[in-house]
Amino acid sequence: MTSVLELPTHFCALGAQQSVAAIERAIPILHAGPGCGYKLHTGLGGFNGYQGGGYSGGGSMPCTNTGEQEVVFGGEDRLRSVLEGALKVMDGDLFVVLTGCTSELVGDDTGHVVAEFRSRGVPVVYAATGGFRGSNLLGHDIVANAIVDQLLEPAAQIVPSLVNVWSSVPYHDPFWAGNLAAIRELLAGIGLEANVLFGPNSGGLAAWRRVPAAQFNLVLSSWPGVSVARNLQRRFGTPWLHQPTLPIGGIETSRFLRAITEFAGVADSRAARFIEAQERAFHYYFERAADFFLEFRWDLPSRFVTVSNSWYGIGISRLLANEFGLLPSHQFVTDDPPEEFRPAIVKAYREIAPEISAEVTFSQDCETIRHTLRELDAPAPIVFGSTSDRDIARELGGCHLSIATPISDRLVVNGSYFGYQGGLRLIEDLYSSILSAVQ
Amino acid sequence: MTTDRLISADELTAPREPGVAIRERRLGSITGYHGTAEDLVRRSQAGTLRDRGRSFTQAGTCSSFCATLQLSLIQDAVVINHAPAGCAADFPMFNLYNRYGQVKRRLEVANARLFTTNLTEQDTIFGATQKLLAAIHEAYRRFQPRAIFVTASCASGIVGEDLESTIEQAQAELGVPVASVNCEGFRSQIWATGWDAAYNAILHKVVRPARAKRPELVNIITFIGEDYFSELLRPLGLVPNLVVPFTTVEQLKRLSEAGATAQMCSTLGTFLAAGLEREFGVPEIKSPPPYGLAATDGWLREVARVTAATGSVEEVIAAERRAIAVELESLRARFAGVKAFVAAGPSHGHSFMSVLQDLGMNLVGGCMLHHDPKLDNGDPAADTLGHVVKHYGNVRYGVCNKQSYEIVNLIRRLKPDMLVVRHPSLVVSCAKLGIPTFFVDDEHLALGYRGLIRYGRKISDWLRNPSIERTLARHAPLPYTSWWLDQAPSRFVGEEA
Repeated sequence: MTSVLELPTHFCALGAQQSVAAIERAIPILHAGPGCGYKLHTGLGGFNGYQGGGYSGGGSMPCTNTGEQEVVFGGEDRLRSVLEGALKVMDGDLFVVLTGCTSELVGDDTGHVVAEFRSRGVPVVYAATGGFRGSNLLGHDIVANAIVDQLLEPAAQIVPSLVNVWSSVPYHDPFWAGNLAAIRELLAGIGLEANVLFGPNSGGLAAWRRVPAAQFNLVLSSWPGVSVARNLQRRFGTPWLHQPTLPIGGIETSRFLRAITEFAGVADSRAARFIEAQERAFHYYFERAADFFLEFRWDLPSRFVTVSNSWYGIGISRLLANEFGLLPSHQFVTDDPPEEFRPAIVKAYREIAPEISAEVTFSQDCETIRHTLRELDAPAPIVFGSTSDRDIARELGGCHLSIATPISDRLVVNGSYFGYQGGLRLIEDLYSSILSAVQ
Repeated sequence: MTTDRLISADELTAPREPGVAIRERRLGSITGYHGTAEDLVRRSQAGTLRDRGRSFTQAGTCSSFCATLQLSLIQDAVVINHAPAGCAADFPMFNLYNRYGQVKRRLEVANARLFTTNLTEQDTIFGATQKLLAAIHEAYRRFQPRAIFVTASCASGIVGEDLESTIEQAQAELGVPVASVNCEGFRSQIWATGWDAAYNAILHKVVRPARAKRPELVNIITFIGEDYFSELLRPLGLVPNLVVPFTTVEQLKRLSEAGATAQMCSTLGTFLAAGLEREFGVPEIKSPPPYGLAATDGWLREVARVTAATGSVEEVIAAERRAIAVELESLRARFAGVKAFVAAGPSHGHSFMSVLQDLGMNLVGGCMLHHDPKLDNGDPAADTLGHVVKHYGNVRYGVCNKQSYEIVNLIRRLKPDMLVVRHPSLVVSCAKLGIPTFFVDDEHLALGYRGLIRYGRKISDWLRNPSIERTLARHAPLPYTSWWLDQAPSRFVGEEA
């Protein structure tokens, strides 16, 4: 993704400031220009479901606010000064120093400065997140690996049933907090303790210190988190399970839970009973909603388009194609996956459901998406994307639901599109917005 | 490539204007001060003001953000940010402003036309001017804009990208104005410099000499608020021309035709207003913007003096004051004894200081994002803080570039009953103190005489139910140590430079 982008859906590695802010009582400290922190807060936390700044994000983040002085003479002394101040002023348990373009381009040895403080016993790590390095999804892994590499020690004992979860990237996925809470709840149902690491009641630094003690790591995305799981396997020998698609709805969630129980060795009758009960509840609502689907929906689009992260797009596609009778139109993957993960993503779209497949384009540029959709000889679609995709959906006479960054047409508090509940919620949100628009 | 040229071949080869100097150098502006309003005014006038830095800081804002905010809402232009994609993280905000503003103005709703060149590590090593040139052409192909603005970034500035020659080449090829905007974030701690950079591009690449004058037209440099200027100017036979958001390039090209230029906030449009007077002979209304009784009186008199106003300004003033007199008295009774504090950008914050005191509140202090000891017009009559001191008296005053730790500390000491905060990322920090915190979204709400009433009614409602602030105070602690909250607010503010 190196060409011009119109209204990008992903920002830069420094966006991982949001991942730090999502760790309880962790403080992001930016060694960056004066505007980076606020811009990334608005794009990832503000005008993206209006998620807000929380305890240590938004206007609270310490920052060196690099100026001409630092660009010309170097900014290491300035960083020392701001770090000293931050340790006195900010009430936190974990401090993560993230670099921006300025400090990296002028060649500050940020790692060295941070190591000075860590040698004094301060829980502080350094993450090289200069904006030109790549997207905020890469930045998220860079931050997680920085904490793993610079702060964690091997565990005295492995805790059976403890699972570290690497999934929804905080803030960039507006539904991250709801998704992580839902994952924790479902894993508890099959007898596993999920260490979700981000969001309310996730345990902050103490939870991160438990990471090496986990029985295994669960990566629940196409690729973010994979580098962390590989790193943890290398450092602590922890095995990991890759589930590249977000499970949404009845079929996918049950398949997902059975895969986990197999891997974790907890495929017992308790887990089976839990899955059955979840499915029963899901199908109770499905049956009642069927009146609406079969008696009202005749007038509404039956083709759908996703413009989103691959693990969301495939999850939504499988739900709609396998359970709700809709057909995929063209699909768009916006997360710029590294090459090694692309064949599996393409294959997943090709095999969405028996006899049903979809073509996929990797792009986050509005024009590529607009152009491809205009050229398709296809009925008006339902578009699942960002707020930026509203115009093309309207132009094609279709419907639209914002599920991907940036979202300025919805408030997201703790909504989730994960699991059985998430599947029902997605359907509820989609058709509520359509019913509201036609009256 | 196009026959519809906005600029002639001669103009294409005209000497380039240099980028605008940052406020620290151009105006002597500062971001660090603790003292009183009267002292700051005195030292500004005497030319003895010196900045005070901070050894600990929180994330501010940058020039690029401010520049893009103004440029991204021009309806038939495009903005290309020559930067890594992270600098485009403010696009969703501007796109919301654009779409929401279009709905309110009954315009066709469509995305803002915003691009990033998505600079990568390779680009920072090998340069990316060819990429920029390709981006300009691609943006033109998509939208056929009437002007193209290329905003710089820290990365493009540090690696020394030659924007100017790329832009000149693109302009020659496309035949529409292509302007560079020197808004690199690291150049200034005063993000208002970004307004100047955007206006510099408009002034020198878009505005053309007037072919015919429209003396009834008053340019108003502002953001995106409701058009309350019409109700203020209509009795004088004048028409406001709100700029720059939601204008067209054609409208901007003709800024030179207006009878005068005024501003909703003198620190916002200082560069453009002075430039229009200096280069195109459009007189600037220098008296403080029309917020509060005294400023509104003075502003209307100045507008009437400078323009082709019809009708008696004294009669208009008397009638407007009469129209609000009864309700103003009842609001003053309602607010008597209420202690208020203002945290905002200058000089709009100075306007709030006047408005709150006209409403009968007891102003216990103010803290502004920066301070300009003078404006580009160099006229002492334009001193908005001086106006507040002269008409309402002295008050505790700080200058602080959005350092929430410092402002929260100061407010805790002053114990006001109400806060007026104008900067989004400061609001919640202040509200966590449990004090009713009024965020002013529509910057025109308090405008003129009737604005006092509109604003007073809003605040009255806000004060009646501060349950959000109380809930926050009980359940959402500030991220600051108790050590810090016991220190003097200026603990990390250094000596004068």
